[in-house]
Amino acid sequence: MASVEISGLRKSFGALGVLKGIDLSIEDGEFICFLGPSGCGKSTLLRSIAGLETLGDGTIRLGERDITDLPSAKRDIAMVFQNYALYPHMDVRRNLSFGLALNGMKRDEINRRVEAAADILRIRELLARKPRQLSGGQRQRVAIGRAIVREPKLFLLDEPLSNLDAGLRVTMRAELAALHERLKTTMIYVTHDQVEAMTLADRVVVLDKGRVSQFGSPLELFYRPANLFVARFIGSPSMNLLEAEVQCMDGDLLLLGGPGLLRPVTAEIAADAMPEPGSSATIGIRPDQVEIVPEGEGHLKGLVQLVERLGVESHVHVKLSDGRDLLANVRGTHPVRVGEVVHLALPGAHIHVFDAEGQALPRRLDPETEALINQHRGRRVA
Amino acid sequence: MRKVLLHSALTFLAVLFILPFYWTFLSAVKSTAELYQFPPVFWPSEWHFENFAASWNKLPFNTFLWNSTVVVMLSTIGQLISSSLVAFGFARFRFPGRDALFILLLATMMIPWDVKMIPLYMEFNFLGWINTLKPLIVPAYFADAFFVFMLRQFIMTIPLEIDEAARMDGASNFDIYWRIHLPLMLPGLILVGTFHFMNAWNDYLGPLIFLNDQSQYTLTLGLALLKNPHDLDITAIAAITTLLCLPPLVLFFLAQRYIMDGAVGSAVKG
Ligand SMILES: Nc1ncnc2c1ncn2[C@@H]1O[C@H](COP(=O)(O)OP(=O)(O)OP(=O)(O)O)[C@@H](O)[C@H]1O
Ligand SMILES: [Mg+2]
Repeated sequence: MASVEISGLRKSFGALGVLKGIDLSIEDGEFICFLGPSGCGKSTLLRSIAGLETLGDGTIRLGERDITDLPSAKRDIAMVFQNYALYPHMDVRRNLSFGLALNGMKRDEINRRVEAAADILRIRELLARKPRQLSGGQRQRVAIGRAIVREPKLFLLDEPLSNLDAGLRVTMRAELAALHERLKTTMIYVTHDQVEAMTLADRVVVLDKGRVSQFGSPLELFYRPANLFVARFIGSPSMNLLEAEVQCMDGDLLLLGGPGLLRPVTAEIAADAMPEPGSSATIGIRPDQVEIVPEGEGHLKGLVQLVERLGVESHVHVKLSDGRDLLANVRGTHPVRVGEVVHLALPGAHIHVFDAEGQALPRRLDPETEALINQHRGRRVA
Repeated sequence: MRKVLLHSALTFLAVLFILPFYWTFLSAVKSTAELYQFPPVFWPSEWHFENFAASWNKLPFNTFLWNSTVVVMLSTIGQLISSSLVAFGFARFRFPGRDALFILLLATMMIPWDVKMIPLYMEFNFLGWINTLKPLIVPAYFADAFFVFMLRQFIMTIPLEIDEAARMDGASNFDIYWRIHLPLMLPGLILVGTFHFMNAWNDYLGPLIFLNDQSQYTLTLGLALLKNPHDLDITAIAAITTLLCLPPLVLFFLAQRYIMDGAVGSAVKG
């Protein structure tokens, strides 16, 4: 087990810059997810940690050791590849023991470790089979087993569940969480599925075009996205965003006006440096927090275009008077109808404000939420 | 109906193909009288299987067999190792000029052997290898362009992640070649081995040019000795020819499963 310190990591393929200065500090035993859209450099960052890419610049430390220039095999890191990369000509037992045998480990010790891993992953009865005789889920287990037997200080997993069907993915997700609970080894897990990241990770690294956009606990990303990219990316359906203009402040309250706003929106901001009145900003609010209110109480009004009734809630698609779209999730039995004009309220406690550069102004949260998002390791340390 | 037509056509072709072999075999076991009989006899009244032993003993065929075996075995081993190693290099390493070098290698396939014959003779003569088996063995240790090309295609079907997984498991480049790629290339190696075996076994021109003494002769040269214009022994020629056909035939039979799907297949299945 070990912490991971990455600083100033850069990597390009020819002229294409893929990692543009990554700094990360991962604590011992954490379960970290790299999350981001396709092509943002998640795999490249993971492979850099594994020693499978030559770096442009930067250093990587694992525990006490600087591993930047060490060959992969000497890094004490095991990796699970997206397509499993099992050795096709070896049976499962040989797949698991290959690395151990190469490093000259004693037969008894190899067998002990292989069998222990096989028990954990429930693949004991598969030990004599070849990879092509296994199902996708079984191959995945073997690939994880091959990593476990090495007893590494750090596990790297590159979208390990993406080739499985939806049902199996949920099962394996729970198993991975249990495995981490049991091994307590630092794990880094690459995914572009935010549900996986939110459910598995102690902390999530959101990557955007080769940069760390935000690094925080899953709830922190949700309740306090650091910028527009994270605000758009985290949460489904994603956050409503409206252009606005700063009007004035009153203590912690920021008043914003803008096109289509019937009256100013108030936001609770915990910043020392408030933006200048007159500067442009973006208001964000999650669909669940938008309320349908009687005429005269709303900030906005618009025409209901579509109502998707999901039972527990209804997704109301509203076209605002200036042509923009806004989504409101209301209770399942709300009587709203298509073609109706509705008035919408944007409660101040749930407003996110982003400055002209797209950076979030720090929100004031209620103490309960504040406590929740800060205990990013609460799941295990407790 | 179409099936019947198809099968008749195939049977006809098969008979056409097998007939020369059968004819050779018949000539080896017929009595002398029936050998020259016209119209020809397709089912001899007597079978003289002792002709095989008699023909074999007419000349030192044991020596020829030994020489052929040495040449074929040693050169096949060399061909398998060198071609797969070169293919591994071209498939998995990046180095300046790699692609140009590979094209150059492929270009050597276009040079007919007849063109290389004289320079090769001069080279081996310079090395003092004429009248030894070395010219027939050593070149196989320097890879063959076609086999390299074929095995490289094989290796390129092996996902790079498998190499990387092995590397993380502590495997060196040689480990990856030896423990991962060679076993995965097995169908390709069998293909290369079979082709090379047949080429070496049937080679006539090479031994003819590089060997002088009968003590160094391979089977094909021994067979040619029987074509003495003063004493044309058709029975002996047919008998030895029949025997010479057997090893490639057996080998091909054993390897055919790999040759059939190996020629179009890939190293990693499922
Ligand atoms: N070997 C390579 N040569 C050239 N470009 C590469 C190479 N590997 C990756 N790239 C490029 O680097 C960028 C980041 O790739 P990377 O595989 O890290 O993305 P990713 O975040 O893992 O995406 P995905 O979710 O699709 O797996 C992409 O634009 C990709 O095209
Ligand atoms: Mg990837």
